Amino acid sequence: MLLRVDKATTSKFSLRKRPTSEKLVDIGFKNIVVAMASMVAVVLFSIFAVVYYESTESISRYGLRFLFSSAWDPVTDEYGAFTAIYGTLFTSIASLLIAIPLGVGTAIFITENIIPEYIRNIIGIMVELLAAIPSVVLGLWAVFIMEPFIRPFLNIIYELFGFIPFFGTEPIGAGMMPAILILVVMILPIITSISKDSLNQVPSNLRQAAYGIGATRWTTIFKVIIPAAISGITGGVLLALGRAMGETMAVTMIIGNSNNFSWSIFAPSYTISSMLANQFGEADGSQVSSLMYAAFILMILTLMVNVFAQWIVKKLSLKYQ
Amino acid sequence: MNIGNNKMINKISPKNKKLQNDSSISVSLDNVSIKYGNTVAVKNIFCDIKKNQVTSFIGPSGCGKSTVIRAINRMNDLIEGCKLSGSVIFEGTDIYADDIDPVEVRRRIGMVFQQPNPFPKSIYENIAFGARVNGFRGDMDQLVEESLTKAAVWDECKDKLNESGYSLSGGQQQRLCIARTIAIEPDVILMDEPCSALDPLSTLKIEETIHELKKNFTIIIVTHNMQQANRVSDFTAFFNTEKKGKDLGGKVGFLVEFSKTKSMFNSPKQKSTQDYISGKFG
Ligand SMILES: Nc1ncnc2c1ncn2[C@@H]1O[C@H](COP(=O)(O)OP(=O)(O)O)[C@@H](O)[C@H]1O
Ligand SMILES: [Mg+2]
Repeated sequence: MLLRVDKATTSKFSLRKRPTSEKLVDIGFKNIVVAMASMVAVVLFSIFAVVYYESTESISRYGLRFLFSSAWDPVTDEYGAFTAIYGTLFTSIASLLIAIPLGVGTAIFITENIIPEYIRNIIGIMVELLAAIPSVVLGLWAVFIMEPFIRPFLNIIYELFGFIPFFGTEPIGAGMMPAILILVVMILPIITSISKDSLNQVPSNLRQAAYGIGATRWTTIFKVIIPAAISGITGGVLLALGRAMGETMAVTMIIGNSNNFSWSIFAPSYTISSMLANQFGEADGSQVSSLMYAAFILMILTLMVNVFAQWIVKKLSLKYQ
Repeated sequence: MNIGNNKMINKISPKNKKLQNDSSISVSLDNVSIKYGNTVAVKNIFCDIKKNQVTSFIGPSGCGKSTVIRAINRMNDLIEGCKLSGSVIFEGTDIYADDIDPVEVRRRIGMVFQQPNPFPKSIYENIAFGARVNGFRGDMDQLVEESLTKAAVWDECKDKLNESGYSLSGGQQQRLCIARTIAIEPDVILMDEPCSALDPLSTLKIEETIHELKKNFTIIIVTHNMQQANRVSDFTAFFNTEKKGKDLGGKVGFLVEFSKTKSMFNSPKQKSTQDYISGKFG
């Protein structure tokens, strides 16, 4: 439909009528954006489809048995990813359990005025810088510096608590424990910076409300500020979990890469990512298919974490009118 | 709680001796000056606030009303760089003395803020939280009902105690905040422009609430609205600003006049008070 515009107006405001070319640019722009957005969806789905398709051989051969077997024998063509799945879940959850109190604690420390502001700023910047270290560098550091450094301590634990299956083997170098610790280092900045942002977003008048009725600092933090920021913090934690499950380089360098299942956190182990990174080079035939199967499982796991993250953030987010 | 025990009373400087005997005074500001960093915001405030009376603080914006009222329950402690000199005497105790815990001060001197700020919890929990923080041991249901009734918001809330405090309208939220403060039974209630975010009807309701509360509490209210000061308060303090030193450029607030509300509005002693209440500036 066309709006009628009289001459007098057009001579004063030349753009009362928008030129056709401008309208075409509008339409073109909209279509480009739609196309690009659909590209993302197409790429996502085709990766899923291809990985699934490539693993059908293995899926039909082993079915769910693949999830519960630790065999990995190219000679007899027996494959199972139990060690890697267990390793993936165990290392990421254990590192999360260590990183949550550390990260949230650091975030509280940075956002509260417990210590002078410039010290807080310095800590904040250092945490951000931690996130900037490439994971291969962290892996190198883990192999040559961290692991030799912590080994005596791990040995003490082994000697004292060796009767517990979790500490049941002698720490001899690469293994699950150093991998967990390096994951802590990698996900700490994620948890800290997202928690810091969500704590900062809590309206300051909520803090005043709490102090105004005579709440102490700790009551204010734990009963008012953290509950108000919990959705953001949870989102950060789940993001960190996704990162920990998918992390490849540093873990591959330090976890020992062994498909032999052991309860001990001092023994070499595997994660799905490190297994893929280690084996894709020499794999052929049904081994490729098994690796694809493992990759498919990893994708499902991270997808579940992400969906769960979205859901929980929505669920927990508080309504300030 | 150790505010007001005998040991503390000795802390008061000799020139305030008379205050100890004057039991009609709740809070006394004695030569109070407040700085933010190196900028003086208000200086040399002397003011005795009477028990069970409503005292209003009026004055143009930026003259330091909020700064002064926040000093009375040490809310200024939360602002980095805010420093107070002089003393604030509450029931014979200098609340800025070294061994006074600001948390305990705030349990005796409650505050209602300019923006309604309920906790993002249920209406019930908004009241119960403060009570629990103060170690309340009694019938919580009864306390919730009583406080909401006193704040004139019980009727609106009684059917939705488990809904979020944010489900209420702005005026109701503010009365919920008043109820939350009443519930911890402070001696003094500070209100910093409690009606500035509200519509006229809610404002009227809150003014009625203030009238009721006077029986049990000492109330200090900052208001922008002179009619409101006239309607609700027994005493009025008029603050103004003056230019300080030539090179500093900033303004510093001070107390111009403090007297019974009636006499201030009928026969102000200072010319600037006269000008302000007749609407010539502000
Ligand atoms: N948090 C703060 N930091 C620095 N200066 C402040 C702060 N709050 C208030 N001021 C300054 O103190 C003066 C008095 O402010 P305020 O007490 O808010 O005045 P009023 O409530 O009367 O409008 C103003 O000049 C203001 O800029
Ligand atoms: Mg103010």
